[in-house]
Amino acid sequence: MIKQKDLILYSGLIILGLAAPFLFSAFKVQLTYLCVLIVLAMTWNLQGGEMGYNSFGNILFYGLGMYLTASVQVGMFFPLAEWTESGGEKTFVHTTAQYFQGIGVGLLVAAIVPTIVAGAIGYAILGLRGHYFAICTLGLGIAAGEIAGGIEIIGAGQGFTTPPFPAEIVDPEARGQFFYFLSFLVLVLAFVFVKYIYGSRFRLILNAIRDNEDKAEAMGIQTMKYKIVGWMCSAFFCGLAGGIMGGLIGYIDSTDVAFDGREMGVFMVLMAILGGKGTLWGPIIGATLFHFFKEGLWTFILGWQYVALGVLIVVIVVYFPEGLMGWLREKYPERFGEVIDEKDRKAQVELK
Amino acid sequence: MDFLIFKAPMLMVQASLDGILLGILFALIAYGMALQWGVMNIINIAQGDLVILGGYIAYTMYLAGIHPAWGVIVSPIIMYFVGWALYKLVINKVVDRDLFISILATFGIAIVFQQLMNFIFGADVVVAQSGYGTTMLFDNSVTLPNSKIFSAVISVLYAIALVIYMKKSRLGRAIRATAQNARAAKILGVDTEKVYAATFGINAALCGIAGALISITLTLHPYVGLPYTVRSFMIVIVAGLGNLPAVAVSGMGLGLFEEFADYILGTEFRIGAVFMLLVFILVYRRFKLSKKREYLK
Repeated sequence: MIKQKDLILYSGLIILGLAAPFLFSAFKVQLTYLCVLIVLAMTWNLQGGEMGYNSFGNILFYGLGMYLTASVQVGMFFPLAEWTESGGEKTFVHTTAQYFQGIGVGLLVAAIVPTIVAGAIGYAILGLRGHYFAICTLGLGIAAGEIAGGIEIIGAGQGFTTPPFPAEIVDPEARGQFFYFLSFLVLVLAFVFVKYIYGSRFRLILNAIRDNEDKAEAMGIQTMKYKIVGWMCSAFFCGLAGGIMGGLIGYIDSTDVAFDGREMGVFMVLMAILGGKGTLWGPIIGATLFHFFKEGLWTFILGWQYVALGVLIVVIVVYFPEGLMGWLREKYPERFGEVIDEKDRKAQVELK
Repeated sequence: MDFLIFKAPMLMVQASLDGILLGILFALIAYGMALQWGVMNIINIAQGDLVILGGYIAYTMYLAGIHPAWGVIVSPIIMYFVGWALYKLVINKVVDRDLFISILATFGIAIVFQQLMNFIFGADVVVAQSGYGTTMLFDNSVTLPNSKIFSAVISVLYAIALVIYMKKSRLGRAIRATAQNARAAKILGVDTEKVYAATFGINAALCGIAGALISITLTLHPYVGLPYTVRSFMIVIVAGLGNLPAVAVSGMGLGLFEEFADYILGTEFRIGAVFMLLVFILVYRRFKLSKKREYLK
């Protein structure tokens, strides 16, 4: 049962989300980015924060989703190899109906295939613990980029132009609005899903795996099964997010756009940590803050943005590993439903 | 199978020689990684970028008109202080923390290094000409650049020197004691903070040597650091910590694998093959370990 206070909050947020592209008409692309970033951070948190398996490799599913959406969208109506060879729009033109059918089916495939891939490789990869898992997934993400850059049918090194928005729709606002509402829909879906998980037994199991996997196993939890399911949940939304971003950017490069471990792959980890791992609102707040910070700062420090990004990573990781929510939790524990025994706390402070 | 390499035996010899000489270089970097992983329990993602930075130091000397081979002496000295400063600035705050924190923090450092090198040295692929010429073997069918032989010899010399240093010197003993048990070493009067800083410095110096050698044998580019990190990580997990002969052997094995992958899969898949090998090794290791644990189930 949703409390009345929450109901007001959620309906307010949804109204804000629906009105945003009309209120901030010039920033539609940025808002779409924001939605995608929040989805990525939230689903990374599901297995990075809740399950304790810090993955650098969710970019694999993101890039996979991107390539799949575009490939399906083209391949449904035209020969894919000729499309990528000609660099896209010159020879073939999608009609309006074809475009929307294509992107619909493409997104469906982009959600399902990465989920299956996650399930298939999950048994092998999720058996790794701690830093071995982190490095292995880092390797997976980069290997995927390198390999995709060598495959001819999806454009190899020269990239893949995704189908342009149908020219028959003359309204200049339409493209931005379409992608914004698409990403907003995915965001709402992801939020409802994650919120549901937060109230379920599944989350407790994930937390048990994070806190002590061997003990969880000894308690009779089939840890491997739940780990794989947790990863598949992340993969599902990463694939969707990737598909939308491919359509929005309009051009897929193997290492700079799709399997962009240097940007998106790090961003999703960073945003979740900035907001606070293992909380529902943490990644959302982290992603929003990060996006504002990035967009505000990037233009002023042109050329230096990666230096700033690197410094930011170091500072956040070294000084705020608990994130914003962790800091708030430390400061106002009552708000998080924690009861603090003053005597006990004082005793602990004295011990230090 | 229609691969050129299986038709021409001389290509095989060529690839093997290249691979082994390259592998010795990888082993040197991996030894540095094993050192700081064993002592400080930190996985340094910026390892490869330290290598590239060391290479650029030699390249700068080459631009200034000094023979780049002197880089194998100058570069480690500069890199020692770079490593030391890095430790004092960032690494000392993540030493006792979760390994994931150190991975992420060094990842951040790697990004900063890449970008700064990109600013200072430009995004072009560069190489320092050593002018050592090439040796022809087997009726000119196998070409072997002398610079590669030079780099392998220097790597071996430095590795031997380091092993002796670690065995005999006071600091070397302190480093080994800290690796065995940091707390006990602290109780017995070892200044572990200093040992950590020195270890990280030595690691960076090893990277500097390797980088200087890479600048004359291979090519330099600001963004190619990560493959070196992954290679050394791979070598270390195959060889184990603190097992120098195994590090050398698995380094050569990796070099061979890469050269053959280059011929068989094509150059565009070379880096991809390295990263896939990493995933494969880790997964193989996981299944091997899970067999060991089976009696628990």
